[in-house]
Amino acid sequence: MIETSFLTKRYGTLTAVERISFRVESGQVLGFLGPNGAGKSTTMKMIAGFLAPTEGRVTVCGFDVEERPIDAKRALGYLPEGAPSYGEMTPRSFLEFVAGIRGLEGEYKRRRLDDVIGRLQLEGVLEQSIETLSKGFKRRVGLAQAILHDPPVLILDEPTDGLDPNQKHEVRGLINAMAKDKVIVISTHILEEVHAVCNRAIIIAGGKLLADATPAELEARSRYHLAVSLTTTETAAAHTALQGIADIESIEVDPQDHRLTAFPKKGRPILTAVADTVKARDIPVSELQLETGRLDEVFRTITQPHSREAHP
Amino acid sequence: MNPTLILFQRELRSYFATPVAYVFIVIFLLLAGSFTFYLGSFYERGQADLEPFFHFHPWLYLFLVPAVAMRLWADERKSGTIELLLTLPITMWQAVFAKFLAAWCFIAIALGLTFPLWITVNYLGDPDNGVIVTSYLGSLLMAGAFLAIGACLSAASRSQVVAFILAVVVCFLFLLAGFPLVLDVFRAVSPQGLVDAISGLSFLTHYNAISNGVIDLRDLVYFILTIGFWLYANAVVIDLKKAE
Repeated sequence: MIETSFLTKRYGTLTAVERISFRVESGQVLGFLGPNGAGKSTTMKMIAGFLAPTEGRVTVCGFDVEERPIDAKRALGYLPEGAPSYGEMTPRSFLEFVAGIRGLEGEYKRRRLDDVIGRLQLEGVLEQSIETLSKGFKRRVGLAQAILHDPPVLILDEPTDGLDPNQKHEVRGLINAMAKDKVIVISTHILEEVHAVCNRAIIIAGGKLLADATPAELEARSRYHLAVSLTTTETAAAHTALQGIADIESIEVDPQDHRLTAFPKKGRPILTAVADTVKARDIPVSELQLETGRLDEVFRTITQPHSREAHP
Repeated sequence: MNPTLILFQRELRSYFATPVAYVFIVIFLLLAGSFTFYLGSFYERGQADLEPFFHFHPWLYLFLVPAVAMRLWADERKSGTIELLLTLPITMWQAVFAKFLAAWCFIAIALGLTFPLWITVNYLGDPDNGVIVTSYLGSLLMAGAFLAIGACLSAASRSQVVAFILAVVVCFLFLLAGFPLVLDVFRAVSPQGLVDAISGLSFLTHYNAISNGVIDLRDLVYFILTIGFWLYANAVVIDLKKAE
């Protein structure tokens, strides 16, 4: 369990994070979204106990990060941005080192090491120095380090950044597999990731918390939510036909592929009406789709008024 | 096992994981040897002692210890591993102390490898081995003080070069604190009491006292306090700088 209340970080006159409060329970995978410099990393660093908040507080599993730092850090696995590790060490010695500092011993330590090495498929590179590994492997070593002690709380700062699509898929699979009984917070600016792993999303921009909802709820805020798109060869005829439907607010035609999108009046379902109309008028439709909403559009609408060039 | 001990082991091993350690040790031994024999006229003096050897240690350390210290924190900050290290369940003090201790131990190994000189003087004559032991102790303590200064300044910059230069300058001031070069500057602007206090901070004075074979508690306390002060400053600097 993580709880932040009025978490604030100032650097001189710049406020990087401003009065952010939220609570994450076990079983939740929380996606931290925001443009670059929004305050995502700073917030995560404060939760992980690396940076001290200027104001407000953070508790991890009930331990105040500032008052009981060691207890909080024990409960926490953290992957810093860029997955830093000691380049001259091998993955094996690095993981042994982290296990040692985390106080893992004997049989349990061996089991945990075997588990994370297996999960992240590090067997092949165990004896190679980390600086010679590919970006994907370095990231996996960083992840292995974070989950080594099987922590109840995981903070992952851009865990899939710089990975190829296959590696991204693997990491997401890993997160999903651990999600059931843990609190996981990941930051990302890849919106598809939110769908793939998160059951809750927080949008931050300009240091402020602007939205806190499930991915579906965020999509529902989209102009495209429940809109209907279709592709036809007779664009003009379809356009005229759809204009006759009372519940349609407006119709847009994509200038490139001439795809039509009909936007409903607020809260009105139009899918059936659209389907019936094109059928009745005998308009040839090659594709018809009910839009769930576009996250990227919601993201832009929410964050753009607050965007700024900010502190890392 | 204690996290301090684990970090200490990791750090000490990391010196030997790269050629840096071996290069350092070889250069240290070569310079220590040539200073002793050429500048210190080891044979020509006709005395079986290690005075010419220990005499040059402060000058040797002035450049070599900052070279060991410069990477201690600058490297962690540059590569971002400081974030990893300080979010593990280890306190700032344990981390500062363990890293310092590992570097100190590394210097002690280099210093220990000068033992053939000790054997040589015992073969050539009948030296006062008590003086040699206290000289080694004084030398190690002084190296520790240099190292603590270097460690603190290495936390102040992401660049190892900047850390090195800063450390050399500050170490030089401390080395010569009791000498006119430094004192005259302060004499012009500060009261006599402060000038006296500064002259008491000289590494050289305290080191010479110990390497003459006299272990005065005040000299020991001086070096230990100096190390403690700079390590404290080290932790403060890390705290101030980690947001950058």
